[in-house]
Amino acid sequence: MMLIPCPHCGPRAHAEFTFDRPVEAITRPDETPDALVRNLFSRDNPRGPSRELWRHTYGCRSWITLTRDTATHAITDVRPVGADA
Amino acid sequence: MSGGHRLSTGGVIDRSQTLRFRFDGRDYAGHPGDTLASALLASGVRVFGRSFKYHRTRGLLAAGVEEPSALVGAGEGGRFEPNTRATDLHLYDGLVSESQNRWPSLDLDVGAVNQWIAPFIPAGFYYKTFLGPPALWKLYEHVIRAAAGLGRPPQLPDPDRYERRAAFCDVLVVGAGPAGLSAALAAARSGARVALVDLDRRLGGSLLGDPVTIDGQPAKDWIDAAEAELRTRDVRILTRTTAIGYYDHNMVYLAQRVVEPGARTGTDGISQRMWRMRAGRVILAQGAIERPLPFEDNDRPGVMLSGAVRTYLDRFGVAAGERFVLATSGDDAYRTAVRLCDAGLRVDAVLDSRPSEAIDPALLRRARDRCPVETGVRPLRAIGTPRGVTGLEVRAASGTVKYVADVVAVSGGLTPSVHLHMQAGGGLDWDEGRGVFTPTAPRQGQVSVGACAGRFQLADALSDAWRAGLDAAAATGGKPVADTPPRSETWAFADQASAFVPAPGVNPKKVFVDPQNDVTLGDLDLAWREGYRSVEHQKRYTTLGMATDQGKTSNLIGLARLAENEGRPAPQVGLTTFRPPFIPTTLGLWAGEDAGFHVTPLRRTPLYDLHAAFDPPWQAVGYWRRPRAYLRAGETLATAALREARMVRTTVGITDVSTLGKFEVSGPDAAALLERVCATSVSKLAVGRGRYTFMLREDGLVNDDGTVWRLGEDRFLLTSSTGGADRMAGLISYARNVLYPDLRVGAANVQEHYAAIAVAGPRARAVIAAVVEGMVPPRHMSLDRGVVAGVPVLVIAASYSGERAFEVYAPSHQAVAVWTALAEAAEAQEGGLYGLEALEILRVEKGHVETGGEIDGRTSAHDLRLEKMLNPRGGYMGQLAQQRPAFADPDRLQFVGLESLGGPIPEGSMLVERPGFAVQGHVTAAGIRVLEEGFVGLALLKGGRARLGDELLAWSPTRTASARVRVSEPVFHDPAGDRYRD
Amino acid sequence: MKYSALSLLRAGLGGHKDWPRAWRDPDPKPHYDVIIIGGGGHGLTTAFYLAAVHGVRKVAVLERSWIGGGNTGRNTTIVRSNYRLPQLHALMELSLKRWEGMSDEINYNVMFSQRGALFLGHSDSDMLQLAQKGDAMRADGIDADLMTRDQVARLIPLLDVSSTARYPVQGGLIQRRGGTARHDAVAWGYARAADRLGVDIIQNCEVTGMDITGGRITGVQTSRGAIGADRVGIAVAGNSGRVAALADLRLPIESHLLQAFVSEPVKPMIDTVIMTQSLHCYISQSDKGEIVLGGDPDAYPTYSQRGAPHIIEKAAAEALALVPALSRLRMLRSWAGTTDMSFDGSPFIDATPVEGLYFNGGWCYGGFKATPGSGWLFAHLLARGESHPVAAPFRLDRFETGHTMDEPGVGPMPQNR
Repeated sequence: MMLIPCPHCGPRAHAEFTFDRPVEAITRPDETPDALVRNLFSRDNPRGPSRELWRHTYGCRSWITLTRDTATHAITDVRPVGADA
Repeated sequence: MSGGHRLSTGGVIDRSQTLRFRFDGRDYAGHPGDTLASALLASGVRVFGRSFKYHRTRGLLAAGVEEPSALVGAGEGGRFEPNTRATDLHLYDGLVSESQNRWPSLDLDVGAVNQWIAPFIPAGFYYKTFLGPPALWKLYEHVIRAAAGLGRPPQLPDPDRYERRAAFCDVLVVGAGPAGLSAALAAARSGARVALVDLDRRLGGSLLGDPVTIDGQPAKDWIDAAEAELRTRDVRILTRTTAIGYYDHNMVYLAQRVVEPGARTGTDGISQRMWRMRAGRVILAQGAIERPLPFEDNDRPGVMLSGAVRTYLDRFGVAAGERFVLATSGDDAYRTAVRLCDAGLRVDAVLDSRPSEAIDPALLRRARDRCPVETGVRPLRAIGTPRGVTGLEVRAASGTVKYVADVVAVSGGLTPSVHLHMQAGGGLDWDEGRGVFTPTAPRQGQVSVGACAGRFQLADALSDAWRAGLDAAAATGGKPVADTPPRSETWAFADQASAFVPAPGVNPKKVFVDPQNDVTLGDLDLAWREGYRSVEHQKRYTTLGMATDQGKTSNLIGLARLAENEGRPAPQVGLTTFRPPFIPTTLGLWAGEDAGFHVTPLRRTPLYDLHAAFDPPWQAVGYWRRPRAYLRAGETLATAALREARMVRTTVGITDVSTLGKFEVSGPDAAALLERVCATSVSKLAVGRGRYTFMLREDGLVNDDGTVWRLGEDRFLLTSSTGGADRMAGLISYARNVLYPDLRVGAANVQEHYAAIAVAGPRARAVIAAVVEGMVPPRHMSLDRGVVAGVPVLVIAASYSGERAFEVYAPSHQAVAVWTALAEAAEAQEGGLYGLEALEILRVEKGHVETGGEIDGRTSAHDLRLEKMLNPRGGYMGQLAQQRPAFADPDRLQFVGLESLGGPIPEGSMLVERPGFAVQGHVTAAGIRVLEEGFVGLALLKGGRARLGDELLAWSPTRTASARVRVSEPVFHDPAGDRYRD
Repeated sequence: MKYSALSLLRAGLGGHKDWPRAWRDPDPKPHYDVIIIGGGGHGLTTAFYLAAVHGVRKVAVLERSWIGGGNTGRNTTIVRSNYRLPQLHALMELSLKRWEGMSDEINYNVMFSQRGALFLGHSDSDMLQLAQKGDAMRADGIDADLMTRDQVARLIPLLDVSSTARYPVQGGLIQRRGGTARHDAVAWGYARAADRLGVDIIQNCEVTGMDITGGRITGVQTSRGAIGADRVGIAVAGNSGRVAALADLRLPIESHLLQAFVSEPVKPMIDTVIMTQSLHCYISQSDKGEIVLGGDPDAYPTYSQRGAPHIIEKAAAEALALVPALSRLRMLRSWAGTTDMSFDGSPFIDATPVEGLYFNGGWCYGGFKATPGSGWLFAHLLARGESHPVAAPFRLDRFETGHTMDEPGVGPMPQNR
């Protein structure tokens, strides 16, 4: 049971959150079909640090991005969505 | 020899009180402080059960949770718990227990015949025989299944409760032995919030069975003082609580026995409690587990671990037998021998495999003052019968020697309990000299202290743990104190070499490694010869370590044997994975309060109680429950549904549609956001008007449908299906917050804020006119606001049934009054309530697609005949994905209607030319014509849009039902919409 | 030595001294006709069928660790072909038929036990879906029978069929030919059978690179040196992305995690594999007497093989909602496997853009049952260079073309499956 530091609520059990997608798979409707296929339908799927989009669905319902190691589950660099820009 | 018996003094039991209990139908007595094991041992019982495979008799090996053999069924009825370790069952008055895996009785067991055929059924024998077709295997298997298993399965529902609690602490200390207490004292004095857990009923751990002194006091006094101080420092002390799982980010699951297995609960009804403990730092002080020695028939009842013999003596005041011999490869057995002798028991010999020069002279002297000690002696075989050992044969320099004994106490070295450290992702170092793995490279800031860190010396354990306690407190914001750590002047005992290898000449096939699963050294050798040479292959092929004790006493012996066979050092051979739980834990505890009816939440609409008053048949829709029909006397579900549907077609009906998804979208860019979420146009809607809409997934397939209403220039209401509501909530939030954070728009999920009541039928207008004050009933696809019974409502005019219809939205907390008023008005118009079944009949006749039916996650807008509604300006989610070639495939399953040429169309059936021919599609929904004769259905059919007029068979082989059908347009009722348009 | 009751008896008299190794421990040769990366069930069956059916004898299976140690050894051992979509019918039924002859075919008892796989229905819409699935199966020649509530109650006496249950049982759909098998034995049995046909099974041999020249694969780099090959097949479900990355391929796969657990063994109490339409848990009892349980996936990418406990809690609660008498059984062991989550729930058996490099993966959490079928089809592809008709739909480029096979219809996000 990971502990995810929500930028709004502080550290919370990961059962309160839902994983949405790796950040690379965020696609906008105005992308080209090729980019859409590449981003939506294929993955780097790294073993190691991965930049991911999660949602504090059963908490403040905010969207957050975080860097999470898919081998160790170490979580670093959590940000509210939009703060990446 | 009369075997085990209770001594008149000693131990931490209360001899002034008697607890009565039963074992295999016989009455016994024990004392508070006893375990079932100690009480039975004190009563002279040696045989506790039978092993898994060979049904050999099994007695006590250990005194703690590592016990592999003494398993019993505890409790009765719904509280019956099979496979309970007698050593981990604290005695209570009225306990009913039974032995296991024997028939008809423990003494006389038919399955014991397996011992005679043992040469033919070694490890993995079943992979080599019973070959042939599966039907034949099923016959063999029937017999094998009945013979396998251990305890009786419980048959009844559990009457007790299981609680789950979340807790937090700075420092969690696992294990309240000397190291754990020392660590907890240090951390607590340094100001940390400390939790201390121990699986035993009292604190002290190994000290309870070991009369040592600490800080000049007897251990028992030191424990009491430590506990008293910890309590004054608000340390959360949880006894009878086992840390069973170490999960990510220092989440440790603690299983607390509120009452013993099989026992009645207190007034709170709670049997066990699961603590989800999130700790800043974790100090592991779980101790070590002693290993037995390898010799022939070392599984006989009466062969016990040396430390266990000492524990039974010093903690429970029980002599495990009359005559003892001790076989050892290290120092620990000397402590046991000294204690036995000092208690006046007969020790015939301490038999040490080490040469005398390898033994601490003081230790030797101390033992030899009391009993004979032979060095350089190795055990060969236990002598005895299924009832237990009668002696031990050893090889000495002089040759083979036999000793008489009813207890053979063995000590083959200590295994640090690294389970939780490993669950936490830690690493291990191999100490070749001592033959132990010790923890290293902690991953989650956990630290191991004391015996579980391989620090077997009491003085080391106390001081290491103290330092760990200070460090953990400092790491979590405490201030380390400068006090001195507890000290023990107890005699030093040298760390021992481990003894994994049996004496020359010992037959490995008779040396038991895993006594529950009956795995011998011979089995391990066979597995190795056959090429099962990975440690995991050895485990899985022989079942070593897969019994209910999970190999706590046996895994390392198996690993050593593999290393020996491989000619490689143990660490290169590797270890099997340590998996939660540390000890077996009941499923009821894992389920907690979520068992039974509470397995998932029940969502109730604001009108739920009004429906429940009719005691209707319910339909589960996600977490919701919706009434299927409001049955009258003598009606079946089908006749009631048809009556209700006819009522809607002829007069008026009302139904609760509060479960629909509802979203309020507002702001200057509200229309812009909706045109990205919805695949239809939205921005052209006039204020006060609404339209049908649908949404695509990112992959271009239809996600859900609903309606969208313009409440004001910058304010919209979007509805979605019941099943799609949560999905849409996520999608809208994703679009709003992740994709288009710059749009000036807010989106609120108002599903639970408003009840929604549909009013449908030719007289719906009359009902609205009669009930809603302050407005004229709106025109089709228009909306207006009014008041019903003093409650402000929003009324929208939209038809799902195919009749003129309205949906009345009222604040949830005031919805009952609105429903009541509408229901009365409907009755005045000769109408009434209708449920989900009628709703379905009506929508099928009208040919509306439904999420979960035709919108099955595989259909496109074109498949569902919705393509003309796609927003020609594009820009919506899923638009581009529709350009993929498969979307233009003429053979796609497409939405059509079906007219039966005969009887009812089986729902879900396949569309074929004839039975056995290729499947061309399937019936998604079927119904009856409401006011006319005949049966109709909806279907997804290959290339269906071009196949109007084709005749097919709707074929249901599972129900041996079928109907000839003609493919049609999917609208059977009022195709022009005259009945609701203005 | 052929395995039989007789050979066991004879060996027993001789102290079991003469059993040969089940498979050899060869050093890698410099070159093979075909290299299979991954010594799990899928890789080993592929190697066996390459040798046994297609006559390709110079075959090596390269396993990073020990054979059968991935998802072959970490599943709930359920075998069934009760799917809804015709492409999956063809695939899973081909596989189920191979299961039925497996023990004989490889002379190794994999204990394939056709005790029936039952899906429970808890509402009318559940029953409709089950009927639809059953009709689709029967129309495709697969056995399936609808059961009433009373029939289900007789089959599983400990099941709670009361109408007051949160999810009352309305009936079920049973595939009587479905059941369970001994998972490890599948890997070992096929390894032994393939070895006897000359296949080299090379354990502790990690592939670290791929030799690709001019768009064509010529061999692999391993922890035990370079090995040449005409064709290379990847069958490493769970680690597909990492191995494919060695050839610069990016896949429609995320690696997730699925947990399962067993209880302590008890005498027989559940004879059938129980699954349910409204809940997510599945229950069976092994021949040893352990109740084997599983539930929801953890639903985020991970290679950790460390699951979260609340998932187990939910699965246990669901199991108890169905069979209340399980409450006092103890969970003995839990584990987790890394699942190769494709974006439509269906697997891939296809050529890659690299000539001579082929891919098998994306089995989500349903790969065990497909083991022999997967090997059969992958061997066909590797031997002939073209897909078997049954494997033809399971293309790697189907997300580009839109020809997806999404049985539950939940769309491209793996965590929703």
